[in-house]
Amino acid sequence: MKRERIKYSYSNGFIDGLPIVIGFVPIAMTFGILAKTCSISLLEGILFSVLVFAGASQFIALNLLMVGAGIGEIIVTTLLVNMRHMLMSASLASRLTKDMKKWSPLIAFGITDETFSVSSFKHGTLTKEYMLSLEFIAYLSWVGGAALGYIVGGILPDIVKASMGVALYAMFAAILIPEVKKSNKALILACLSGVTNTVCKYILIIPQGWSIVISIVLVSLLGVYLFREQEVKEYE
Amino acid sequence: MNNIMILIIGMMIVTYIPRLLPFIIMSDNEIKPNLKKFLEYIPYTALGALIIPGVFSATPELPQASLVGIGFCVIYAWYKGGIIIPVIGSIIVTFITLLLN
Repeated sequence: MKRERIKYSYSNGFIDGLPIVIGFVPIAMTFGILAKTCSISLLEGILFSVLVFAGASQFIALNLLMVGAGIGEIIVTTLLVNMRHMLMSASLASRLTKDMKKWSPLIAFGITDETFSVSSFKHGTLTKEYMLSLEFIAYLSWVGGAALGYIVGGILPDIVKASMGVALYAMFAAILIPEVKKSNKALILACLSGVTNTVCKYILIIPQGWSIVISIVLVSLLGVYLFREQEVKEYE
Repeated sequence: MNNIMILIIGMMIVTYIPRLLPFIIMSDNEIKPNLKKFLEYIPYTALGALIIPGVFSATPELPQASLVGIGFCVIYAWYKGGIIIPVIGSIIVTFITLLLN
């Protein structure tokens, strides 16, 4: 893959973070509302988002709390659900420039499905300015949305919230489309992974968290095998 | 410290460690070409699994609504590119579809 020498600044990160903000706010507000109904205090509800900053596992934690699960069980489930971030971090870490290394503990904290997807398809050199501003605006909307949801409750009508629920899927799709136009490889890898995830989830009934990890690992490995000759040709 | 705080701190630890570990392990090692390929494919396979099958139940009460919205997004992004307009457009299209039903 050719990486052009473009240096991204803080403002690039903020602008690229806007679709994440649109997607995060309604979900974060829902989290705030649910936290309140689980009789969690405002401070705890906000600390959840401030310290954990992981969408799916925060919701799972609330669900498990409501059915009376133990703390250990919730923590183990969280670990499973977030294993996919290890793969995403590894992918990003391989693109780390020298100037980002010092900041990697902070950059690592801000890695979510969304910040990873946006930044990993950014061509050119990733900078700490870009990563930190992208993650910061996503983080701010996640924490702010949770606080807003807790304090003011359901100010967004259900139909608006439901519509905004497509935002993150739309963002993922919009990120993928230009890649699909460039090469079949993107389409094949993404489709195979989606199919594998569906099979794992609905047919093999693999627990939440594992199916996405299995899909990413299996299909990426398959990609290394499938595209090995094609790569050789590209270099000739 | 009450139970909820213990839970939050426990969750923070198991969320942060998987995010941080690769940065520590990989920063000083030379990456072998096959591993590099594998890592380069992760963004594509991650996106695939993040979109499918979740997108089919994004609006559970009327699955067609989100599919029409995403359909708009895909077509717009294909011809015009960008991210903000496809995202906002898909929200509006989904909203209108939900409103009409």
